[in-house]
Amino acid sequence: MSTIPSELSYTKEHEWVAGLDDGLTVTVGITEFAAEALGDVVYVQVPDVGGTVTAGDAVGEVESTKSVSDIYSPVSGEVVETNQSVVDDPSLVNSDPYGEGWLFRVRIDGDPSDLLTAEEYGALTAGE
Amino acid sequence: MSRTTPLSEVHQSLGATLTDFAGWLMPLRYGSESAEHNTVRTAAGLFDLSHMGEIFVTGPQAGEALDYAFTGQLSTLAPGKARYTVICAPDGGVLDDVIVYRLADEEFMVCANASNYPRVAAELTERAGGFEAKVVDRSEECALIAIQGPRAAEILATLTDADLDGLKYYAGLPGIVADVSALIARTGYTGEDGFELFVANDQAVPLWQALTDAGARPAGLSARDTLRLEAGMALYGNELTAEITPFDAGLGRVVKFDKPGDFVGRAALEANPEPRRRLVGLVARGRRVPRHGYPVVDASGAVVGEVTSGAPSQSLGKPIAMAYVRPEVSENDHLAVDIRGTHEPVDVVDLPFYRRKK
Repeated sequence: MSTIPSELSYTKEHEWVAGLDDGLTVTVGITEFAAEALGDVVYVQVPDVGGTVTAGDAVGEVESTKSVSDIYSPVSGEVVETNQSVVDDPSLVNSDPYGEGWLFRVRIDGDPSDLLTAEEYGALTAGE
Repeated sequence: MSRTTPLSEVHQSLGATLTDFAGWLMPLRYGSESAEHNTVRTAAGLFDLSHMGEIFVTGPQAGEALDYAFTGQLSTLAPGKARYTVICAPDGGVLDDVIVYRLADEEFMVCANASNYPRVAAELTERAGGFEAKVVDRSEECALIAIQGPRAAEILATLTDADLDGLKYYAGLPGIVADVSALIARTGYTGEDGFELFVANDQAVPLWQALTDAGARPAGLSARDTLRLEAGMALYGNELTAEITPFDAGLGRVVKFDKPGDFVGRAALEANPEPRRRLVGLVARGRRVPRHGYPVVDASGAVVGEVTSGAPSQSLGKPIAMAYVRPEVSENDHLAVDIRGTHEPVDVVDLPFYRRKK
């Protein structure tokens, strides 16, 4: 059973969002559920710093031994930072998906919508 | 509903991620597939291959029947030896690739792929019709466990008195392993030394337990696929299909035109000995992985082939792939793989990607 931290928000595409409470800048990663489903992650492509992203758009990809998945931005705004450590060592997505395995930070533009609570995300993944 | 093997409960108790493979519920990985891959390259991994087929062909003309059914010459195989061969349709397309073991003068066992063995058994029954030979599909009664890796012989030796030193690559002998009666074959699909142990279904769990107690670590189909890809071995459904001839697949060596008598596919293969495409190895320069079905393109962007298998390679530290390309494509061409819309450069290399140190 994978961990779903209660303080984070989630998407149906298995991204997590941290820092919404503090206001402007949020951190994005993929959930432990997604990391476990992928298997050993071997390659992560994150969006360019300075670029703008729109909620729901594919902005990167995460690749494992057996499969490849798009990363969808959970929010709209400007990418202000990306995690070079996870690009250099993609296994961080598996070993610490909610910590060292974070992917990118976005200065959000407007109020994010359609995000799930931990409880809602847990209900979504329970059936899978 | 997927079929299960005698070891399915063991896999579940080990927390394996299970996947449907050719209609069977099989372990994809138990933990990290990269770790399982490395275990096979450096120590010993254990695979449940009970989904594969075992078809027995017996009788005074069993060898002649197999010579007619397959492209290889099996009648000259010495008892105790094994050979890799293929079974073709009349048009020369490959129906399956198999290992044939000669167990005795008048007894052979054909080990066929899970997805194909019902078809292989049906074809063999029909093709043996004119010979004094009997075909019995015993896949349902037979489990198969492989122990593969540089420590495989040392671990297996602690569980059997069989003469493993005398058992050469592509040979098999009956023996007792951990009180279990087995056919011990020195064959595999990983590019490492190793053994495949054919046992009765009800012996699979105790044998698996004894092998893990002796130091072999469970490995799943994901590791098996990356191991065989590094070793440049074809996978039926990827590199081999009914639309591919043995010559296309670079397997001309298993087609024995000089053997006496006809065999199914001979006329078509003799008429078309030139490969229509070439199976090549690709090594990606970047980190994105070329995968099954992705187009191979030349410097002008024209499609010149298609990837059949691809994966990140632990041993090379880069993504690798096998692909069919047009026969005129050479190592000097600047090829790329179209990875979801981006042309990622690759180098054409000789197969295999990985060869174990002797």
